[in-house]
Amino acid sequence: MLIEAILAVTFLAAVVVLVAPDRWAPKLALAGSLLPLLGSLWMYWQFEYGSAGVSGNALLDGALAFETDAVWLSAGGYELRWLVGVDGLSLPLVVLTGLLTPLAILAAWTPIDERKSQFYGLVLFIEAALLGVFVALDFFAWFVFWEAVLIPMYFLIAIWGGPRRKYAAVKFLVYTNVASLVMFGAFMALVFGLGGEVSSFALPEIAQALQSAEPTLAGIDAGTLKLVAFVAMFAGFGVKVPIVPFHTWLPDAHVEAPTPASVILAGVLLKMGTYALLRFNFTMLPDVAADLAVPIAAIAVISVIYGAMLALAQQDLKRIVAYSSISSMGYVILGLVAYTTYGIGGATFQMVSHGLLSGLMFMTVGVVYNVTHTRMVGDLSGIADRMPVTAGVFVAGAFGYMGLPLMAGFAGEVFVFLGSFGSTTLPNAPLFTAAAMFGIVIVAGYLLFAMQRALFGEYRVDTEYDAHPAATHDLVALVIAVLLVVALGVAPRIFFQMIQEAANPIVALLGGGA
Amino acid sequence: MAAPTSVTLPAITPQVLLGLTALAILGYDAVVPDREDRGVLAGIATVGALATLAVTAFFISEGTGFDEPLYQFERQLVVDGMSLFLTFLVAAVTAMVAVASYDYLRGHDYQAEYYSLLLLAATGMSLMAASNSLATAFVSLELASLPSYGLVAFLKDNEGSVEAGLKYFLIGALSSAVFVYGVSLVYGVTGSLLLGEVAAGIGGAEGMSGLLGIGVLMIVGGFAFKTASVPFHFWAPEAYEGAVAPISGFVSSASKAAGFFLAFRVLTEAFPASTLIDLGVDWVLAAQVIAIATMTLGNFAAATQENVKRMLAYSSVGHAGYALIGLAALNGGHDGLVLGASMSHLMVYGFMNTGAFLFVALAEYWDVGRTFEDYNGLATKAPVASLAMTIFMFSLAGLPVGGGFLSKYFLFLGTVATGTWWLGAALVVNSALSLYYYARVVKALWIEEPATEHHLDGYPVGLYLALLVAALVTVALLPGFGMVIETAQDATTVLGP
Repeated sequence: MLIEAILAVTFLAAVVVLVAPDRWAPKLALAGSLLPLLGSLWMYWQFEYGSAGVSGNALLDGALAFETDAVWLSAGGYELRWLVGVDGLSLPLVVLTGLLTPLAILAAWTPIDERKSQFYGLVLFIEAALLGVFVALDFFAWFVFWEAVLIPMYFLIAIWGGPRRKYAAVKFLVYTNVASLVMFGAFMALVFGLGGEVSSFALPEIAQALQSAEPTLAGIDAGTLKLVAFVAMFAGFGVKVPIVPFHTWLPDAHVEAPTPASVILAGVLLKMGTYALLRFNFTMLPDVAADLAVPIAAIAVISVIYGAMLALAQQDLKRIVAYSSISSMGYVILGLVAYTTYGIGGATFQMVSHGLLSGLMFMTVGVVYNVTHTRMVGDLSGIADRMPVTAGVFVAGAFGYMGLPLMAGFAGEVFVFLGSFGSTTLPNAPLFTAAAMFGIVIVAGYLLFAMQRALFGEYRVDTEYDAHPAATHDLVALVIAVLLVVALGVAPRIFFQMIQEAANPIVALLGGGA
Repeated sequence: MAAPTSVTLPAITPQVLLGLTALAILGYDAVVPDREDRGVLAGIATVGALATLAVTAFFISEGTGFDEPLYQFERQLVVDGMSLFLTFLVAAVTAMVAVASYDYLRGHDYQAEYYSLLLLAATGMSLMAASNSLATAFVSLELASLPSYGLVAFLKDNEGSVEAGLKYFLIGALSSAVFVYGVSLVYGVTGSLLLGEVAAGIGGAEGMSGLLGIGVLMIVGGFAFKTASVPFHFWAPEAYEGAVAPISGFVSSASKAAGFFLAFRVLTEAFPASTLIDLGVDWVLAAQVIAIATMTLGNFAAATQENVKRMLAYSSVGHAGYALIGLAALNGGHDGLVLGASMSHLMVYGFMNTGAFLFVALAEYWDVGRTFEDYNGLATKAPVASLAMTIFMFSLAGLPVGGGFLSKYFLFLGTVATGTWWLGAALVVNSALSLYYYARVVKALWIEEPATEHHLDGYPVGLYLALLVAALVTVALLPGFGMVIETAQDATTVLGP
C-alpha cells in the first residue's frame, strides 16, 4: 500500500496546488513534493536486498518489494491487473524522481511569475505520472502512466515556454505520442503471438513466457515477429531517450521549455525511454538484442559522438546541455547492449547520475538566465565575479559531466565502459568502447570552452541586465544537487548494489560475465 | 424465483418509461399550454430519462436477459444485455441533453415539442437495439429518425438549422427507402422477417444468393446512413453543425450508437458472416472497407476545419469508423472481444462526445463565436468548463485522461487478436493524427491569448451540471472501464443465430 499512498498523495497535492491561490502555490508545491520524496526515501530504507530480503529482477522471477497485485479488469481472455512494486532497477529511479521534483520546484520560484498554481499543479501531476511509470508492472497500468506524462509536459512547455513554445510543445506531443503507438502495436503483436502462454498483461508473466515460448502471429514465424517487435519497440522507446536519428524534438522542447520543465524532462523523462528499453527490449528479447548488438552499439556510439558534436556547435548554453544529454544517453544504450553486470548496472546507474547532473546543469543555466536574461555564450563573459556560487556549481556540474572522479558521472561512465569493454555478446566490444570514450574528449572540449568564455575572463554581459548573485532558494537547490552528485560519486554503492542484484538475472539470460 | 409478495417489472420497462415520458410532456403542455416554467418540461424529461437509467442499471445489475434473451410480442422485440446496454447509454445522453437544454433553450418557443421529440427519439433508439425482426427494426429506426429531423431543424428562423434539417431528412428518407427495399428482398429470399428465421432461411437460398446479396448490401447501406459512415456520411457534418448544439451531441452519440447496435444485432443474428461468406456475400469485407474509409476521411476532414463544431462533426465520422471495427473484425475467432470493445467505445464516446458538444453549446450560449480563434483564452474566464473540455478532447484523442483511452486500445486489441492488423494500423495512425486537431482546441482554450476580452453572460447551472457529469463519468471510465467492457462482453454471448 505504500506505493499507492505515495501516488495518491502526489496526485492529491497536485489537485490542491491546482486550485490554491497563486501566491500560496510555490510553497505549497514544495511542501507537497516533499511527501513523495519522504515516501521514496522510506522505500529506500525499507528495501532489503541480497540474501537478506528482496532479490533478483522484478521481471525475471525475482521478488517484488511493496507489491500490490489486484485484477483491474478482464476482457478477451486477458486480465489487466493493478500490479505495482519495485526492484533494484526501478527503486533508484523512483528516488531520483522524488529528489528532482522539489529541486525543479525550487528552480521555478524565480522565473515563473504567472499562472503559478497551474504551473506547480502540473509539475506535481508529472511527478505522479513518472512515479507510476517506474512502479507499474502491468503493461496497461504502465502505459496509462507513460502516456499521462505527455499531457502536463505539453502544457508546461506550451504555456510557460520560450518564444517558439507552441511549435515545440506540439512537436513534443505528436512525436512522442506516435512513438508510443508504434511501441504499443509492437508489444501487442508480441503478446498475442504468445497465444495461450499468457493470460494477463503483467510484465513479469510476459517476460518469463518469452524466455521459452516462441511467439507466432498470423503466419509470421517467431524469429521475424520478435525481430520486428524488437525494432519497433526500440524505435518507439528510442524517441523518448532520444537516440540519433529520433532526437530532433529534444532541442526544440528543451530550449523552449521553462527551466523546471527542462530539469524534469532531462532528469527523469528521458530515463523513461532507457528504463523501458531495459525492461522490454533487453529483458524480454535478449536473443534479438544479441543478434542486433552491432547495429545497436553503433547507434549508441553515433549518439554519443554526434550528440557531442552538435553540442560543440551550439552557442546557447541550454542547447549545449540539451545536446549533451543525447550524448550521455548513448552511454546508457552502450551499457545495456553489453549484457554484463557492469554494463547493465552501469547503464542504470548512469540514468540516475545523468538525471542529477543534467538537472543540475539546467538549473545552473536557468539561474544564469534569470539574472542576465541571456543564455548565449557570446553575450556572457566573466560572470564568475558577480555570481561566484553559481559559477562554482557550474564548474562542478561540468566536471561531473566530463567524468571527474568522485562525482556521479565518473562512476556511471566507468561502470559502462568496464561493462562494455568486457562484453561477450557484442563483437569488437573494445572498439565500440574506445569510440564511445572519445565522446568524453568532445564533452570536455565544449564544456571547458563554454566555461572559459562565459564564466571567466573580463566581466561583460551584453544585455540590459547586470549579473548579481542568485536568490538564496536557487542556490540551496543548486548546492543540494551538487551534494547529491558528489555523494553518488563517492559512494556509488548507495544504488549500485541493489542495481546489480536486479541486473544479474538479465545478464544471466545470455550468460554474460561481470 | 419470485416470492409471492414480489412484483416483477416487465422486461421492456425502460422503453415504455421513455415513451411515457414523451407523452407526459405533451400531456402537460396540453393541460397548461401558456406558461413560463420551462423548468417543468426539462424536469419531466430529465426525471423520465433518469428513471429509465435507474431501471436499466437495475436490470443490468440483476443480469436480466444476459443468459437467456427475453423475447417480447411474439419474438418481435428482445430484451437482453445488448439492448439494456444501449438503453443505458441513450438514457444517460438524453438526461444530459435535457438538463443542458434548459439553459440553451431560454427564450425559444415550442419547448414542449422539443422535449417530447427528444424523448420519442430516445424511445426509438432504445427500441432499435431491442428489435428482433426486420419489421420492428425498420419501425424503430423511423421512430428514432423522424423526431431527429424535427429536432435538427428546431431553430426554424435559423437558415443553417433548417438547411441541416432538410438535408438530414432527404438523405434519411432515401436511405430508409433503400433499407426497406433491402428488407423486402431478404424477405423474398428467406420468407421471414424474424432475425433468427432469416438466418435459418438463408440455408435454403442456394440459387438466390445474388438477390440476397443485394438485399444485405441495401440493409448495410441503411446502417451506414444511421451511423454516418462513408459513403452515407454527407448529411452528418451539415446536420451536426446546423442543429442546436445539445441536439448535435444527442444525434452524434446516442443516435449513432443505436445505429451500430441495430447493425450488430441484425448482421450477427440474421446474416451470420460465416454462412454468408459461403454464399459469396462478404459483408465483413464491406465493413472493413467502410471502416477504413470512414475513419480516414473523418479525420482528414476534421483536421482541416476552422469551426470547432464542424471539427467535432467530422471527428464524429472518424469515431464511427473506429466503432465499425466491431463489424469489420468479426468472424476472426474473437467476436465477443471486438463487439464488446466496439460497444464499450460507443458507451465512452456517448459521454465524451456529448460533453464536447455541450461545451460548444455553452460557447454558443455565451456568444463567443464558433472558430478555434474565438475560443482563445476562454480558460481564464471559465476554467472549470475548459478543464472539462480538455478532458473530452484528450479522451477523444485516446490519451489516458478518460475512458476513450482504454476503449480505443481494446478496439486495437481486437484487431490484433483477429489478425486484421491493418485495421488496427489505420486506427492507430488516425488516432495519432486526431491528437493534432483535438489539441488545437486545448491550445486555444489554455494557451492562446484572446483577441478581444471575453464577456461571459453568467454561468448557466444546467449546462454546467451536464458538462461536469459528462466529464466526471469520462474520467471515471478510465479506472472503471472494467465494468463497461465486462458487461459488454457478457452481453454479446447470447448473440448469434
